[in-house]
Amino acid sequence: MTTVLESLNSGLQRAFSTDARVLLLGEDVLDPYGGAFKVTRGLSTAYPGRVIATPISEAGIVGLAAGIALRGLRPVVEIMFGDFLTLAADQLINHAAKFRWMYNDQARVPLVVRTPMGGRRGYGPTHSQTLEKHFLGTPGLEILAPCAVGDPGKLLSEAILTGEDPVLFIENKLSYLQSIHEPQSDTEFEITQIEAAQPAQGVPGARPTPVYLLRVHGAPPPVITLTCYGYMVDLARQAAQRLAFEQEVFVEIVAPTRLAPIETGAILTSARQTGRLIALEEGGVSFGWGAEVIARAAQALGPRLLAAERLGALDLPIPSSGPLEAQVLPDVERIMRISQKIV
Amino acid sequence: MPPTSNDFNEMLYRRLYLIRLFEETVIENFVKGVFYGTTHTCLGQEANAVGVLTGLAAQDIVFSNHRSHGHFLAYGGDPRSLFAELMGKASGVCGGRGGSQHLHWRNFYSNGVQGGVAPVGTGMALAEKFKNSGAAAVVFLGDGTLGEGVLYETLNMAALWQAPVLYVVENNRIAQTTPVELSLAGSIPARFAAFGIPVGELDTSDVTEILPEAQARLSAARNGEPQALILHTCRFGPHSKGDDTRPTEALAEMRCRRDPVTIQASRLEPSARLKIERETQAVIHAAFQAALEDPFPTDLDLSENLK
Repeated sequence: MTTVLESLNSGLQRAFSTDARVLLLGEDVLDPYGGAFKVTRGLSTAYPGRVIATPISEAGIVGLAAGIALRGLRPVVEIMFGDFLTLAADQLINHAAKFRWMYNDQARVPLVVRTPMGGRRGYGPTHSQTLEKHFLGTPGLEILAPCAVGDPGKLLSEAILTGEDPVLFIENKLSYLQSIHEPQSDTEFEITQIEAAQPAQGVPGARPTPVYLLRVHGAPPPVITLTCYGYMVDLARQAAQRLAFEQEVFVEIVAPTRLAPIETGAILTSARQTGRLIALEEGGVSFGWGAEVIARAAQALGPRLLAAERLGALDLPIPSSGPLEAQVLPDVERIMRISQKIV
Repeated sequence: MPPTSNDFNEMLYRRLYLIRLFEETVIENFVKGVFYGTTHTCLGQEANAVGVLTGLAAQDIVFSNHRSHGHFLAYGGDPRSLFAELMGKASGVCGGRGGSQHLHWRNFYSNGVQGGVAPVGTGMALAEKFKNSGAAAVVFLGDGTLGEGVLYETLNMAALWQAPVLYVVENNRIAQTTPVELSLAGSIPARFAAFGIPVGELDTSDVTEILPEAQARLSAARNGEPQALILHTCRFGPHSKGDDTRPTEALAEMRCRRDPVTIQASRLEPSARLKIERETQAVIHAAFQAALEDPFPTDLDLSENLK
């Protein structure tokens, strides 16, 4: 079984071997260390000169990479912890994401910034967050998030090789070591892969990105749509299994890999059938991705949406202590409770 | 053209005067409501733009900042498209999307957020080095920008990786309304020297002094040694439009002593000078009028995604 980490690593290898314009910059990315989470392992050995170990300068690195991208190369930046993305916020929001549009479509910024988010490792308030919600909705910035389904490495290599606009690629620390569920061979879930609708030309996210639909094998039609991304897909799977076997409540999981620009087609199609929608995320629940999804579902479905719930982290910093951290972050029990509440 | 010839002096004067007239036209017409947003004119600093950018090679890159009109015009940008950009017209440099602070034409770029242009311009220089194109990048900074942390991250990496980049600090001694004495500790050259970046310093408004120094540093940068050039200069006008808190006498004294246009004019025959001025006045007048008559952009093309 391939892990998410192995898949992402091979995605990087593929991007480097396919296009000599691909470079990678990041902290501690050189072999033998190969990055704090080992996603870049082997890359600097195979492609010396194209993998650049940087000082601890997140803003500087992202700005530099935006300039490199403006001049036609395809840089990838690794930000060691997603929490540090705040340091590069100006570079992403006021520079990289702006250039193409404010220069009247006369420039392109094929830049990929990858970073791991997520808690459950006891790293505490500044190394455990899920911060992508602060970047969602930035015009010109595409945000992708792989999960342990399908082909995370392909999602990454295509972003690097075919993107024209800056991409924020959100990984998850716990996902790295998960084995990937293949749609064809998953023993627990029937998995359907569809492609998210493509926005019009000139809008980021013009490349097709997969959405995965998961139903427990042989289950009756679902009564709840549970949408989530990244590591939350794994918790959703666990909850869906238990809901099916313990409560006879049947759920369809809808897992997009593109968060922004938002594309809710598959979520709405499912929610139209079930009438019940839960949006699940690891980031703080207020002002989050789920809030946007539910607002759009309410607009599109009106009274056909019988119930809508969202679940995310409590609006608190993430504690280091295991038992405390578990109280702050969404878990399987809470997904089950909220599901039972709305059926 | 030998740098001392009449033709050369006339060429420099034409560029200086074009920028001066452009900026005066902007200030004069802003109150009439023909421009959108705000503007930052470079009155008094024209010799920096012309001195640094006259020796630029076609493949070289310029990254400018909020005070970019002079740089854009010295780079060879069209006054009509710059007027049009300020007016929000379709014929503007960026179709009216960017306005005064956000320009891109050929290898010229600008952005209005302080500091952030430093890593982007340096990244461009590194990309050109990676491509072996022989191009160098010029990044314009101001004394106010020296307060931004990302600049120092950038200088560190530029020196580490030998980026072909020339940083030009236009020290007009005032950041919006805050004088350098209130915002700057230590020395400006020492900031660059700390990273091992060779630094030159000129306190002049004479374009013929700036030009050779800039050219020498640009060719050193092109050879893979990042360079800095500090130009102590004088901002005659307000930061943007009506926000100048400096005493009128000080400004008058500055204009009398440090006017790059007057300094260069003294090198020209009166008839040649008059000819250039008349021709340039016609150019600016025509550019302004044409931009005024240019149409506004049509409606935004809203995709499904943006609706």
